[in-house]
Amino acid sequence: MEKRELTCINCPMGCRITVTMQGDDIISVEGNTCKRGYLYACNEVRTPVRTVTTTIRVEGGEVDRISCKTKEPVPKEKIFEVMEAVNKASCRAPVAIGDVLIPDCAGTGIPVVATKAVSPA
Amino acid sequence: MKADIVIVGGGPAGLAAAIAAAKEDNTLDILILERDHELGGILNQCIHNGFGLHTFNEELTGPEYAARFESQLDELGIRYMLDTMVLDVSSNSVTAVNSKEGVFTVECGAVVLCMGCRERPRGALNIPGLRPAGVFTAGTAQRLVNIEGYMPGKEVVILGSGDIGLIMARRMTLEGAKVKAVCELMPYSGGLKRNIVQCLDDFDIPLLLSHTVIDIKGKERVTSVVIAEVDERAKPIPGTEQEISCDTLLLSCGLIPENELSREAGVEINPATNGPVVNESFETSIPGVFACGNVLHVHDLVDYVSEESGRAGRSAARYVKNKGNGSGPVIKVKNGAGVRYTVPSSVRTSELEGDLIIRFRSGGVYRDSYIDVLFDGVSKIHRRKPIITPGEMEQVILKNEDLEQAPSEILIRITEN
Ligand SMILES: Cc1cc2nc3c(=O)[nH]c(=O)nc-3n(C[C@H](O)[C@H](O)[C@H](O)COP(=O)(O)OP(=O)(O)OC[C@H]3O[C@@H](n4cnc5c(N)ncnc54)[C@H](O)[C@@H]3O)c2cc1C
Ligand code: SF4
Repeated sequence: MEKRELTCINCPMGCRITVTMQGDDIISVEGNTCKRGYLYACNEVRTPVRTVTTTIRVEGGEVDRISCKTKEPVPKEKIFEVMEAVNKASCRAPVAIGDVLIPDCAGTGIPVVATKAVSPA
Repeated sequence: MKADIVIVGGGPAGLAAAIAAAKEDNTLDILILERDHELGGILNQCIHNGFGLHTFNEELTGPEYAARFESQLDELGIRYMLDTMVLDVSSNSVTAVNSKEGVFTVECGAVVLCMGCRERPRGALNIPGLRPAGVFTAGTAQRLVNIEGYMPGKEVVILGSGDIGLIMARRMTLEGAKVKAVCELMPYSGGLKRNIVQCLDDFDIPLLLSHTVIDIKGKERVTSVVIAEVDERAKPIPGTEQEISCDTLLLSCGLIPENELSREAGVEINPATNGPVVNESFETSIPGVFACGNVLHVHDLVDYVSEESGRAGRSAARYVKNKGNGSGPVIKVKNGAGVRYTVPSSVRTSELEGDLIIRFRSGGVYRDSYIDVLFDGVSKIHRRKPIITPGEMEQVILKNEDLEQAPSEILIRITEN
């Protein structure tokens, strides 16, 4: 059996939650004060995901760099692969907010989109 | 030059105030003056997400949140001037400078102060040691990385666990730096729980509570810092020193409202917030001068900034229209035990728009306590809260019909169990 320690982020209480796992099965969830903490803990141990926000190089724009994000959260263990893919890529001005800059980032099936507009130089 | 309302600063506060004023009265001529080369304020460098959950029911990044307000600004045809620094403010004029017009004065009917805040610089923190390169405030580092695309260093220690420090710990890690520790002087972090988990725990970055940096080593560039544990009085405990090699120290030691202009104009400042004292309409001690956003008190949620600033903008519009504000009974809002300050600090019932929101911060961490609101000494609200921390702004909502009884004093305090 494996024990996982988590901090619930759903309210400022920040309950320390202990999840006991047997392989992929959750045996028990302890330390949460409410249901939200229970659900959070179950998701966190099974499929933790995060939205990655970073910047991407721009060619031919009035600035050299704009901000971008993964359109949906990606699996947590893919964060650094996503970063590497974005750092190798670049986009061409003009770009509008929401434009897809990388269609399928690092094999996650999730696109990277612009969060800032840029006009041509 | 002339305008009905001049808005000083084009960050989220200025944008929301301008939009709300224009919606209140579309005949008003509103002018935003912004010293930067774009609107949006600090949001331009806050590329992380977590903005707008309350306002738009989605999680936006800073630039996306700003863009939503900027497009409303365009639709309403509100004027703005960029690269324009405001130098002087009074209730009926604003003096500014830019490279095209030189120094110029705008005569106006009302002013809304929206200058935001700035970071406490190192000088204000009294860390001994030489002054080698490699010491940055977290916000400066944020601008360098996110806007200029320049990494300030490879091995990093962060002093202060406010949200900017936490966000930068993750950002530097994502860009390949090694963040060795985040030291926090207090026994608790001032940052949001969500940021502690997603910016530190996710990357196994240690958060050292009750720790501070006591020495910065290195001649030209930082080579290491010495940290130590502190006692209850925040004094370093001998024997707990630890040297951490690093090339960069980021300081995230709090924000101070930027009120040089307000002070010079003679606006009364609340020493607890370093921001103006305001009433329910966000009007300062000078009639016709309003204040909102981080210049008023430091916010962690931009949604509250937008909401508050909307109220300030509408109040300014009404002030111009009515050539002044109503008079009537004034209720004083006082902060009692455990409460550091309240916004607003006074209420004119004649000017209420409905229910009244009073925002405040606690002076410490309280578990299983009560928020108490007393009207002239009589309990009106007695609400249990599992936890209250200085890092999260609290609020109470007072019903309009209750306020009509017009007590002379409202007291807000925290009662421990
Ligand atoms: C690093 C960081 C991370 C944050 N993260 C979050 C988050 O995740 N979620 C969230 O909801 N909120 C977050 N916030 C809070 C939110 O961004 C702020 O509360 C909000 O930006 C404050 O808006 P403001 O308009 O008062 O100030 P600002 O955004 O600072 O804008 C002030 C503007 O006034 C201009 N100005 C100042 N002086 C003058 C002058 N003399 N003349 C002309 N112009 C002037 C400045 O150039 C600036 O554009 C964060 C804040 C920071 C600093
Ligand atoms: S478990 Fe419930 S009470 Fe505890 S932090 Fe999570 S949401 Fe808050």
